[in-house]
Amino acid sequence: MSEASDTNNTSAMKGTNKTNGTSGDRAAAIEVRGLRKSFGELEVLRGIDITVRRGEVVCVIGPSGSGKSTLLRCVNLLEEPTSGTVRVAGSEVTDPEVDIDRVRRRIGMVFQAFNLFPHLTALGNLTIAQRRVLGRGKTEAEEVARRNLRRVGLTEKEASYPAQLSGGQQQRVAIARALSMGPDLMLFDEPTSALDPELVGDVLAVMRGLADDGMTMLVVTHEMSFAREVADRVIFMDDGIVVEEGSPDQVVGDPQHARTRAFLSRVLDPAAAEVLEGEPPPGPQPEGGHQEKRGHQEVPKQQPR
Amino acid sequence: MTRRNRTLAVRTAQYAVLLIVVLVFALAADWGELRRAFFDIEVAKEQFPDVVTTALVNTVVYTVLGFTFGLALGLLLALMRLSQVLAYRWLAVAYIEFFRGVPALLVFISLGFGVPLAFQVSINQYVTVMLALGLVGAAYMAETIRAGIQAVPRGQTEAARSLGMSPARAMASIVIPQAFRIVLPPLANELILLTKDSSLVYLLGLSMDQYELAKFGRDALNQHRSLTPILIAGLFYLAITLPLGHLVRRLEARTAKAR
Repeated sequence: MSEASDTNNTSAMKGTNKTNGTSGDRAAAIEVRGLRKSFGELEVLRGIDITVRRGEVVCVIGPSGSGKSTLLRCVNLLEEPTSGTVRVAGSEVTDPEVDIDRVRRRIGMVFQAFNLFPHLTALGNLTIAQRRVLGRGKTEAEEVARRNLRRVGLTEKEASYPAQLSGGQQQRVAIARALSMGPDLMLFDEPTSALDPELVGDVLAVMRGLADDGMTMLVVTHEMSFAREVADRVIFMDDGIVVEEGSPDQVVGDPQHARTRAFLSRVLDPAAAEVLEGEPPPGPQPEGGHQEKRGHQEVPKQQPR
Repeated sequence: MTRRNRTLAVRTAQYAVLLIVVLVFALAADWGELRRAFFDIEVAKEQFPDVVTTALVNTVVYTVLGFTFGLALGLLLALMRLSQVLAYRWLAVAYIEFFRGVPALLVFISLGFGVPLAFQVSINQYVTVMLALGLVGAAYMAETIRAGIQAVPRGQTEAARSLGMSPARAMASIVIPQAFRIVLPPLANELILLTKDSSLVYLLGLSMDQYELAKFGRDALNQHRSLTPILIAGLFYLAITLPLGHLVRRLEARTAKAR
């Protein structure tokens, strides 16, 4: 079966097409099939199948240790899958014959800890890979870099070193760095988890802008309001498998599985979340009067501009 | 006895011991002999300007040559030490263990006599000096640089790789520049040690115009039967190493602040 017809079938089945996608632009950006990953004895991913179509924004949610980040890191092969296949934009990254460096140019990645290069200015962070990997000249690279710094609202910070920037600014520079490579899709690994609450909004606003521009995004996040408002699809993972998958209204608004409900009631109720932070994945919890209130408790921590 | 009084008594005793020791040495020593031996103005005058134009210059040149070569070889060894290739790792470990384990003196003698024997050609003396100092320095610098490379957070390599850089490119553009910033203080320290080790190059067999500070001083010592040249040589070493030591402390302070 050809790749195109395969993905057309999938998208027809799911029926969650993004509204701003042009017709015929439904090819899969990311296809994960039967993905398993073990670290020694510990099996972190236990058979994952997901598809992200072009222009789609997919949020992966789930408790700590559920394998979300590992899944994301398998997509650009920062982690080597134990078995299964990962196709990104038509290239099978799990194929040893494939030049992974070439594929990675088209996959932007944003890390929880920003991982900016501390010895380079903001502009240097944005130009180094353009020049060393894409072979762009200094002028062109800087032009692209400035355009992307403007996009994340940090034009005036181009000469600053990462240590001189706030966490939120660093993360926006990191997003701009990934964008400067002109990626086909972007991976976000808990991009706001390391930020002070008041800095989260600026980063989410930038991500929202990207989504509005039609960027394909796979986002591991704890920001339920972001998932709810921006995602085309939400995937709930627990214990190395996809438990539930669907539109944000389905998964966050009306979860079908007990595990999803238990997780959501904890993250949407800050007091409960604090108590349980760092705990092992929860078992099913009895339903209480929480269910009714859940939607309203999900107040954004900040006001994105 | 109150605690305050006790502190005072202990402090007084400490000063008293110091004073007694100093007095004993001051009274026991023959100051006239010492002055004649170490502070002979006539001999001191004769040392100039050669002690600067030849000896000091050579010490600096030898040290810089040795340090440069040692740094390059040290970086290579550090990368070999971290290589995926087992044979490279072994080679690097063997080299480091060997050259850290034998006295520099033996290395210098071996080179001074061995190289001309092995290669029936006369190698430029400066090249031999560079090899001798560099070979010894590289072993120490390799371990320092390796530690620096390993101190660069993993996320840096991951970020570089996620941008499409090859492992070698990520190492060259991202990891090594940061590693060097981390190891700058210990490397400056190594430069101090190498400055002093350069006093061993006389073992390679030098002509007079190739003398560095220590050999120059000893030569003058035999000539004048005075220790004054030794004192002068020592002062010139300090003129190099004290500023370097100051630099190390400033670099360390800067690193501590950046953390």
